Amino acid sequence: MATPKYVGVETEFGIAITGPSDVNPVVASSLVVGAYRGRGRRDVRWDHSDEHPLRDARGYEHPDPHEPFPDDDLGLANTVLTNGARFYVDHAHPEYATPECSNARDLVIWDKAGERILEDAAAQAVTTLPPGSRVLIHKNNTDGKGAAYGTHENYLVPRSVPFGRLTRQLLPFFVSRLVYVGAGRTGNEFDEVDVPYQLSQRADFFEVEVGLETTLKRPLMNTRDEPHADPELYRRLHVINGDANLCEVATFLKVGTMLLLLDVIEDEALPELPGLADPVRAFHRVSHDLTCAQPLRMDDGSRMTALEIQWHYLDACQRYVKEGNVDDVGTTAVLDRWEAVLTTAERDPRALDGQVDWATKLALLESFRDRHDLDWGHDRLKMVDLQYHDVRQDKGLYQRLAARGRVERLITDAEVDAAMTTPPEDTRAWFRGECIRRFRDQVVAAGWDALIFDVGRDALQRVPMMEPGRGTRAMTAELLDSVDSAAELLDRLTS
Amino acid sequence: MSDGGQVRKGGGSEQEPEEHVEETPESDAKDVLDDVDELLDEIDDVLEENAEEFVRGYVQKGGQ
Repeated sequence: MATPKYVGVETEFGIAITGPSDVNPVVASSLVVGAYRGRGRRDVRWDHSDEHPLRDARGYEHPDPHEPFPDDDLGLANTVLTNGARFYVDHAHPEYATPECSNARDLVIWDKAGERILEDAAAQAVTTLPPGSRVLIHKNNTDGKGAAYGTHENYLVPRSVPFGRLTRQLLPFFVSRLVYVGAGRTGNEFDEVDVPYQLSQRADFFEVEVGLETTLKRPLMNTRDEPHADPELYRRLHVINGDANLCEVATFLKVGTMLLLLDVIEDEALPELPGLADPVRAFHRVSHDLTCAQPLRMDDGSRMTALEIQWHYLDACQRYVKEGNVDDVGTTAVLDRWEAVLTTAERDPRALDGQVDWATKLALLESFRDRHDLDWGHDRLKMVDLQYHDVRQDKGLYQRLAARGRVERLITDAEVDAAMTTPPEDTRAWFRGECIRRFRDQVVAAGWDALIFDVGRDALQRVPMMEPGRGTRAMTAELLDSVDSAAELLDRLTS
Repeated sequence: MSDGGQVRKGGGSEQEPEEHVEETPESDAKDVLDDVDELLDEIDDVLEENAEEFVRGYVQKGGQ
């Protein structure tokens, strides 16, 4: 029986300022994040003391850092919200990192809450700029002009699972999952005239199979080893090859399949599959193939399509669940949806319109192209592509499709509204969010695995939270309800 | 905003094959087309003005 898995997703949003303002994107991002105050209250700072982004899962500290450490000295906004999320500026983009979630459906809810938070924050930020200014936020991953920015999934995995096994068994999965993970884009990075549209926003930006970098020479399998949990027990699998999804079904599948597959890999229940002969090239090819039927060369000389590879993984996961290793409705929903999506894709991948982003956006682009008789390279089509990702509910084209019932919903607006301010109840995010809500003035900093309190004593007090499955509502509500102050809470925790 | 679209709409529905009309009630097929047209009308309304200029100016810093 595999250990419980937890997931969080971080998204760097695109940001554009128009009008008379002359602010650069770093300052603009900081304005956006800073504008989103807990209803006029003081920010809780991020605690960096546990961050080691250069530590490598292959067992060494990277000697030649390409990535600067996050730097509060720049005065960039960097805060923690009562819903347990982190909201900050990273690489000239506003970034929202969901709180830790125990299942895919919760992740969809707190990921959607992030879209609403960005929409709110941008609306507040614009009031600080000269009249006529606009701040537009896009949940996308490329500007179509050579820049890419990330959406990273993070999964808690026991350290006992060898990293080599994860890499070997996940690479074909990452390449083939574009069928439902891709958010679609017009054009490509290789000046190929026969690729006017492709499945993935990010695929063209990947250059190597395995590596530590995230901003250049991007690897399909990222080796950052920074568990934000007990490092003896866990690693955090940092998946950087996915797209930012608007479609709830796409986010649900992206995360749900991984949570289940990681259990299967942990329990050594995945039948070996030949590796891809050239995973990076295959990643590009799958992204460029709207039929999802192109055979890919495997390292044993055989050929498989992306869908055949996906069926291999689905079969293994179905068998694993049937054998009684997992028993919850959420997992059954993932399996059912996964099978339905692959079945549809086999018949006609474009029929995934309304469920996955690339097909939904493609259908929209085709209708628009037809109506206005536009060539694929036309800027107005690129505008439709871009505006699909606009987070504003009255302007974003995905948002308009959702309002018209043209994309399938899995969660309710009420759940999303609540998730903007309240954390998931069954992870340590609950304790983090609740402490900030109850004791905002005493929590001076918060990180994924610690809270730092200042209750007026000689030293600041650090409360470690090294276990993502602890600090749940069930475990801590009674304690929190029984204390009247942060000082009393600390006394009770240390007694 | 887009006269061209209206012309295309008419052309498209005339070209519906006969047998397709038989298996889908005509009113339903018309509803779907109307719905798509309504959607495209809305997109024409909400789409960024000066789309060409906006798209050309949309340049992001690289991230992770």
